[in-house]
Amino acid sequence: MVAVKDTVDQVAGLEKYEHGFVTEIEQEFAPKGLNRDTVAFISAKKEEPEWMLAWRLEAFERWSAMESPDWARVSFPPIDYQDATYYAAPKTKVGPASLDEVDPELLRTYEKLGIPLREQEVLAGVTGAPRYAVDAVFDSVSVVTTFKKELAEAGVIFCSMSEAVREHPELVRKYLGTVVPVSDNYFACLNSAVFSDGSFVYVPPGVRCPMELSTYFRINAAGSGQFERTLIIADKGAYVSYLEGCTAPMRDENQLHAAVVELVALDDAEIKYSTVQNWYPGDPETGKGGIYNFVTKRADCRGDRSRVSWTQVETGSAITWKYPSCILRGRESVGEFYSIAITNGRQQADTGTKMIHLGEGTRSRIISKGISAGRSSNTYRGLVSAHPKARGARNFTQCDSLLIGKTCSAHTVPYIEARNGACTFEHEATTTRLSEDQLFYARQRGLSEEEAVQLLVNGFVRDVLQELPMEFAVEAQKLVAISLEGSVG
Amino acid sequence: MLSLHDLHARVGDREILKGLTLEVPAGEVHAIMGPNGAGKSTLSYVLTGRLGYEITAGSAELDGVDLLSLEANERAAKGLFLSFQYPLEIPGVPALTFIRTALNAQRKARGEAEMSAPDFLKRARACAADLKMDFDMLKRPLNVGFSGGEKKRMEILQMALLSPRFMILDETDSGLDIDALRIVSDGVNALRGPDRSMLVITHYQRLLDYIRPDRVHVLADGRIAASGGPELALELERDGYDKYARAA
Repeated sequence: MVAVKDTVDQVAGLEKYEHGFVTEIEQEFAPKGLNRDTVAFISAKKEEPEWMLAWRLEAFERWSAMESPDWARVSFPPIDYQDATYYAAPKTKVGPASLDEVDPELLRTYEKLGIPLREQEVLAGVTGAPRYAVDAVFDSVSVVTTFKKELAEAGVIFCSMSEAVREHPELVRKYLGTVVPVSDNYFACLNSAVFSDGSFVYVPPGVRCPMELSTYFRINAAGSGQFERTLIIADKGAYVSYLEGCTAPMRDENQLHAAVVELVALDDAEIKYSTVQNWYPGDPETGKGGIYNFVTKRADCRGDRSRVSWTQVETGSAITWKYPSCILRGRESVGEFYSIAITNGRQQADTGTKMIHLGEGTRSRIISKGISAGRSSNTYRGLVSAHPKARGARNFTQCDSLLIGKTCSAHTVPYIEARNGACTFEHEATTTRLSEDQLFYARQRGLSEEEAVQLLVNGFVRDVLQELPMEFAVEAQKLVAISLEGSVG
Repeated sequence: MLSLHDLHARVGDREILKGLTLEVPAGEVHAIMGPNGAGKSTLSYVLTGRLGYEITAGSAELDGVDLLSLEANERAAKGLFLSFQYPLEIPGVPALTFIRTALNAQRKARGEAEMSAPDFLKRARACAADLKMDFDMLKRPLNVGFSGGEKKRMEILQMALLSPRFMILDETDSGLDIDALRIVSDGVNALRGPDRSMLVITHYQRLLDYIRPDRVHVLADGRIAASGGPELALELERDGYDKYARAA
């Protein structure tokens, strides 16, 4: 009993959010509040064409008539949408052409966060070390995208969403909103009206993207939200692996992050999408502050034999509400979801996935590992469904929950719908408490309590960590440790 | 080496050790035998620092170091090892990773340098061969899906790799067939030496045919009721514990 109590105290007493600093930089804001003028302001700032503005305004009208959803197992006071700012950007020109034009204060911010924006720094590493291109989004705008030239040589388009709207309107118009329709849900609709920046990726037929792509989202400004929009298209036979990371300063007020991510995989294409989410989780004692992470992520396996894999490590945010999903439309397409969701302090998470089997012979796999500590609440919510035409559809789901201490909770809410008799769905779920016997066993062998907890938790999440790109798996493992460990002393 | 004096320990309201005094000199192997509920496992947990046991009186020292003031992992770093009666399963953590992490944590606590991965692997291979274990087993999550006998072998393997100075074997013979018993005992005997001591806790004399003790103690009702040479084990095997249970 005592051992577990110590762990709880240790975990509860932790205040180790390492990315909680604020960057002092001159910023430009939209006037507070949300109306047609705000939408027009954002569109104008981004020098968008007429059709984009019309699309946003239609979304705004629809959103105005919608109600905030209340079915998730999370609770928060009503959000005053008129009391927020919907556009915040560093006062430099939009979409700088090179690093030399980026404000040095911004570069220092990313340096502090450990994000390599200078290509030569990335290249200066060990020979043969994996390289990755970065799109850095600061509040509402993308400040820089690296390796664009090298990617362009391979035919890969990797740029900010704003730039894509201006430079590749034909692709954006063809795919934007086709996976997550404008009025799909309350937060996606809000995003459609006011989305700021995000990444755009297009990989042409038969091309294997030569490096990992990543976006680093940073919320900095107070009283603002982040509404990024990401669209990734893998054309026939293409392959791309993409990773996003997120952090925010420690602030006493809640900040809204309502993103939309759409993935489109055509015939034989494959997209791997990984997330390491470490938004500020709020004060562990009082629950004050922290990010509301209300995100809609969906992939359309549009082509035959296409494949999409979502991997997420969710450690931050006061509230997480997200269900990265796959619409398995193409014949024999494959969807995967690997998730580690850690809640601590007063955090609330309601997260999971939807695997919608529409095509024949489609397969999906869900591995979810939830860890709750402190006074947090952690819910897995998932849907697996098979359409009448999805004959031979298969799903395997495994949901494991680990509880640390006695004041947290874990919930599993699986929905399964089979509309034909020729599909196979398997579901396994376990809930365990971090065992005092295991802790003692590890400590008898010489591990301190902190090391023992870390080793046991790493064992628990190993299946999922293995799915992350190598260089990020190490980082994610550290993050898991930081999220759960307090310094012993 | 190990010196216990008038040790009293309780769990909740129940006193389990009631004034236990025991001396195990360096280089000796002592056996602790006794009926169920005599306090044998409690003794091993009290010595290794498991939480939930309250020490109300007495002392326990290893080479003059007060064990009772140390955390479980600090005692391990001082060279104390417990081979568990029921080894735990550690899902997702390969045995090699577990042992190497533990070894390096101990070395760090003693101010020694970490053992490199190649050196560690070399030693692990040799130990696995001695215990006739398939090396691939060490790449699997520790004890997960292992048979009772495999788990016991894994305990002895860990003991060999961590090279402790004082070893407590808690019912190591339970769940072992004759062949496995011989292999495990050979493994244990290989660790005997002039600087090392062992406390072998067992119900049955059988194990002591393989691991020959220097002294045998009868633990009954929380204290040492009798001590003698190896012949005491044979006597217990013949007459049972009745005499001691009644005396208590």
